[in-house]
Amino acid sequence: MLTAAIVAILVTMILALIRAFLGPTEYDRMLAANSFGTKTVLLIALGGHALSWHSYLDVALLYAMVNFVGTIAVMRFFENREQDGTLETKKEA
Amino acid sequence: MSLLIEVLSAAFLLTGGFLCITGGVGMLRMPDFFSRVHAAGVTETLAAPLLLFGLLLQMEWSLEMVKVIMILIFILATNPTATQAMAKAALNGNQKPLVADETDTRGEGSSNS
Amino acid sequence: MRMHYILILIVLFVFWLLLSGHYVALILAFGVISALLVTYFLVRMDKVDKEPVIFRPGFAALHYFGWLMWQVVLSNIDVARRIWNPRLPIRPQWQRLDIKVSTPMEKTLYANSITLTPGTLTTNVKKDHFMIHSLDPDGIEELRKGEMEARIRRIGV
Repeated sequence: MLTAAIVAILVTMILALIRAFLGPTEYDRMLAANSFGTKTVLLIALGGHALSWHSYLDVALLYAMVNFVGTIAVMRFFENREQDGTLETKKEA
Repeated sequence: MSLLIEVLSAAFLLTGGFLCITGGVGMLRMPDFFSRVHAAGVTETLAAPLLLFGLLLQMEWSLEMVKVIMILIFILATNPTATQAMAKAALNGNQKPLVADETDTRGEGSSNS
Repeated sequence: MRMHYILILIVLFVFWLLLSGHYVALILAFGVISALLVTYFLVRMDKVDKEPVIFRPGFAALHYFGWLMWQVVLSNIDVARRIWNPRLPIRPQWQRLDIKVSTPMEKTLYANSITLTPGTLTTNVKKDHFMIHSLDPDGIEELRKGEMEARIRRIGV
């Protein structure tokens, strides 16, 4: 059953990649990348157990953290960007 | 007893895998960014816990189980924040959500509830 | 307040123990040092922050998270059915939702709970309202009934 779940995760990763390539806006691409990252965490956790790796869960935990921080960082960058491509610090009302 | 655990684990893993694919398909089918966020949410809020619970049932008793639960809590705790950051960035980047009904009650309060 | 930091220190050290899995004197000492360092940073940061948040998860919070997980399951089934339906029956909405919760902690919890359930998504958090994007009008109507909000206010964080 682990194998079936791993195949399902891989299929989802391919679907997310297609969205990342198609994705009309950069936000779509980032959404796909974030989703891909979560799938990677699951893949490491399940695959590591299936192949009996050592310390795979630490890798998965770390990957989850890097994925989160990466998404936030990229989105902080896009957040202050105006339509014409200039950067502007805009405060929330 | 072990058979029951085996069946339960298989059920969790299969449901989780199915929901995973559902989210991926939804991400491709949905018409705009904001509705794709909902589809991505399916894979992260229910598929991830199901898959990790399925994994948890297959493991022997050890400290590793705590780590699986930590991963689970971490995914559930950070997913909304990341999603919100993306939605807010998209709004600031002049991405307006596609709205079905022409009655846009923005700023009118909840008078129609 | 001192009690609060000692509690954090203990929680951090237990967290470290669970992650490490090695129980030799030297490694344990490293654990104690890192827990102490983090607590020290936290004390310093709270001085700058002026309003340290104290969140003690009790039974009420646990009960709420159980209920929230059930809501997540229900809304996941709903969204999954919409995705697999060949006609794709979605009617996206983007509306204002007035809120009664006021403290930052409650607002955070409420906004995150809304986002965690698929089908509804908080896009903006303002002083007295959220902007909600929903896959279907029912999602917003459900929020306007205010069950989730009432439950969050009952925890009282």
